Amino acid sequence: MKITKEAPQKRSAPQTEKILTLMKKIFNRYLLLSLFITLTSPLSAKDTQTDSAKEPANSQPASEKTLSQTNNDLTAPHSQISEKTLDNGLKILVKKDNRAPVVVLQLWYRVGTSYEHEGITGLSHALEHMMFKGTKNHASGEFEKILSVNGARNNAFTSQDYTAYYEVIAKDRLEVAMELEADRMRNLILDEKEFKKEIEVVKEERRWRTDDRPTSLTREQFNAVAFLNSPYRAPVIGWMVDLDTMKVGDLRKWYEKWYAPNNATLVVVGDVEPDAVFALVEKYFARIKTSDIPAPKLRTEVEQKGPRSIVVKAPAKLPYLRMGYKTPGLINAKEKWEPYALEVLANILDGGSSARFAKKLVRDKEIAASAGASYDGFGRLPNLFVLSGTPTKSKTIEDLKKAMLEEIELLKTEKVSEEELKRVKAQVVASEVYQRDSIENIASVLGSLESVGLGYQLIDEYVPEILKVTPEQIQKVAQKYLIEDHLTVARLQPLPLDKKAATSEEGE
Amino acid sequence: MKILQHLYRLLTATLLLTLIGSIQSALAAPKIQHWQTANGLRVYFVPAPQLPMLDLQLVFSGGSARDGDKPGLAMLTSSMLNKGADGMNADQIAEAFESVGAQFSSGSGMERSSLGLRTITLPDEQKKALDTWLKVLGKPDFPEKDFARTKKQALIGLQAEKQDPGSIASKAFYKNLYGDHPYASPENGTEESIAAITLDDLKAFYKKHYVAKNGILAIVGNIDRKHAEALAETVSSSIPAGEKAAAIPPVKPLTEAKTVHINFPSSQSHVYIGQIGDKRGDKDYFTLYLGNHVFGGSGFTSRLMKEVRVKRGLSYSVYSYFSPQRELGPYILGLQTKNDQVDEAIKVSRDELNKFLKEGPSEAELEQSKKNITGGFPLRTASNSDIVSYIAMIGFYGLPLDYLDTFADTVNKISRDEVIDAWKRRVHPEKMLTVVVGNEKQKDKQTGKKNQQEGNKQVEKSTQKKATTPAG
Repeated sequence: MKITKEAPQKRSAPQTEKILTLMKKIFNRYLLLSLFITLTSPLSAKDTQTDSAKEPANSQPASEKTLSQTNNDLTAPHSQISEKTLDNGLKILVKKDNRAPVVVLQLWYRVGTSYEHEGITGLSHALEHMMFKGTKNHASGEFEKILSVNGARNNAFTSQDYTAYYEVIAKDRLEVAMELEADRMRNLILDEKEFKKEIEVVKEERRWRTDDRPTSLTREQFNAVAFLNSPYRAPVIGWMVDLDTMKVGDLRKWYEKWYAPNNATLVVVGDVEPDAVFALVEKYFARIKTSDIPAPKLRTEVEQKGPRSIVVKAPAKLPYLRMGYKTPGLINAKEKWEPYALEVLANILDGGSSARFAKKLVRDKEIAASAGASYDGFGRLPNLFVLSGTPTKSKTIEDLKKAMLEEIELLKTEKVSEEELKRVKAQVVASEVYQRDSIENIASVLGSLESVGLGYQLIDEYVPEILKVTPEQIQKVAQKYLIEDHLTVARLQPLPLDKKAATSEEGE
Repeated sequence: MKILQHLYRLLTATLLLTLIGSIQSALAAPKIQHWQTANGLRVYFVPAPQLPMLDLQLVFSGGSARDGDKPGLAMLTSSMLNKGADGMNADQIAEAFESVGAQFSSGSGMERSSLGLRTITLPDEQKKALDTWLKVLGKPDFPEKDFARTKKQALIGLQAEKQDPGSIASKAFYKNLYGDHPYASPENGTEESIAAITLDDLKAFYKKHYVAKNGILAIVGNIDRKHAEALAETVSSSIPAGEKAAAIPPVKPLTEAKTVHINFPSSQSHVYIGQIGDKRGDKDYFTLYLGNHVFGGSGFTSRLMKEVRVKRGLSYSVYSYFSPQRELGPYILGLQTKNDQVDEAIKVSRDELNKFLKEGPSEAELEQSKKNITGGFPLRTASNSDIVSYIAMIGFYGLPLDYLDTFADTVNKISRDEVIDAWKRRVHPEKMLTVVVGNEKQKDKQTGKKNQQEGNKQVEKSTQKKATTPAG
């Protein structure tokens, strides 16, 4: 996962690019935690060029900012995707793209935070870290060394619904990556001493990602309140107390339970021939035995019976508002068009600089310093339609909340104009073209769709389904799902930073 | 819109046809075409006909290093370009781009200001996107109302920086490393400077820096040479020829070690250790780069990662890198760790740096890094986005057109002795700047209790100087 540089690169204030893409919707990046942060190559010297004043207050985690600027997937018809399943259940997807002599291999396991339960949160992510700590055939550290001398870029990431490992490598060295991934599907050592050090790294990661970032902290607590029994209430990194009490034996059980060929999808995209890839997979993976994979418990979220609201007090300079409505996902929607209508609705509000939030709340009324809307309808379980933002200095959180809810009301009472709808659809189509520029993101879309249970074929349905959405459908989903009784609101109330810091600040 | 839908349906066919021939043979970097327009804009072009899309990046010498006594000027100028142009207001500009699926970008960094465009290459859509882009570039109106709002937004941006220990540390690092050199100038300005900047300042900055002779244009996409030339002429003729910006003054290194502590109520301390590094085209560039690959630039195979994270579990991320600029950019070593471990983490990092300077990389490590750099080279130019960034960089710094072709060879020829020599000449731990942002009380309390380690003499506490000296 190309993440970000957490380094004192001089950079302008964050900007979130808000263009609708399948990639971004499905492969929800802020929920991904990866093994490590990669620096921007010093060779490339890509200055961080951002439109600083556009969205200055959107202080999301760095990963989200940077990731949202990379480009995305490919929606080539699946006739171009070759598929095969080994006898042991391992599913392989291959997509040929020979623009450069490069290939990406991603191995996706159907396990993540939403498979965990209270008391063991963060287990999937911690295991991902330990997957680099040696197998019966390769000592700890050797894995990285072998990939390094072969010029590979590699990393791993964990989300609520999956854990994935990947290598980007010159096309003639694909076998190197294949051998290593097959090895660690079964032969992981999970050494106690290694674990004791690595769990400290994970705790540092938690401090860095969440504990010291007021908006992340708010988001974490918001999720825990919005969901009562759905596993989406837990943070991917895990609660600190669960990290404190985690044992290497817990990881071993988890590994044995979920890491198996019949619980995985292997995706290869790049300058390769599908048959050659299948032969390689056969060579390294066919010997691995099938496991009994338990179906995860249903844990369907209980119906929300009225609005919920929390306040999070933390040292901060800026207030932050986060609101979420319970919505169906494609996985459980009774009407298949509904998730697509919600998707378009989110982009009517926040699909670029001409969308309603930027135009009305940021530029015209100057209520929001930043304002976002997003719908998460492509996961393993139903999720939320989220509104978030920071008010301008002369406005309050309540002003922002009111203004956002007025926009929601407007969607219920008035149909969106044909022109707005056309604009969103044009963006969708163009974005699908742009997304073909990156093999890594094509692979990610295929792998995530397959892993959440929607099936990779959805990659071809997305654009046609979006193009079918009508103004009436948008109005209907607004009336049906964006209702107060299903709303959760979180407010970040800034506490003063410590005295010393406070006194060194210039007048405001 | 109809056309767009049609395009989408056609994509299968397009893709199948174009995938027959790949532009790059294995290990070869893309061939860069270069020319200059009539009024002096330098153009860098790589055709990429496989996808029906086009990327433009126009880069001017004109980042925060040109802000003078008005920090934030380059950033505000850049932010205002799409807020009004040739009579169109911000809404109309946004709609014009987005109704054809085009993506506009603008921004400024330490020494660059740039405008970008990504559009699909259907004739009508491309024309509308490009016409709008040219207005934003050549005829910005700088409307008063938008300026007032943009300034308020910038002030909120500064507040966001203040609640983030990493940003605080970064700002303090540049300020203390560069002193009164223009590279110290905070990109997003200060409360005072933002308040004081006027529209006339923006217009003057725009007039001086957004000119053909001061810029380069990178073009990558589905366009042939003839049309690329015509496009480049259209772009350059929408701005005056102007003059190249003056040279950035040379950078003076620190003469003695300096430590800055800033108290902040976070659970982790953010640490930046560093000094003046190298510049683009520097004779030691490749040697320093290769050495750093071993020391702190290659993730898990780097010494820093092994010692600080893998062996001791002290930090999630730890790294070092050179960030070469037109003049000497910084060399930075960074990490974050919980407050009571910060002294230990700094000591381990410094010990490793000293050891590396004394002994250099082993032959095996050097070989491993060379293999990684050489073998991984095709990954760097695998997408149009990658290519456009590279050629913009090559153009902006005036590097040779075969820079990418020769990179791996140049690295492969470097010896261990050369790495040791360059690092000894250029890296000076005894004169480094150390910035620590974190909760000092928590640290003192806990380290005092634990009493577990020897103090590091080089890390002496000094109180933070307030950010009052205007940089630049």
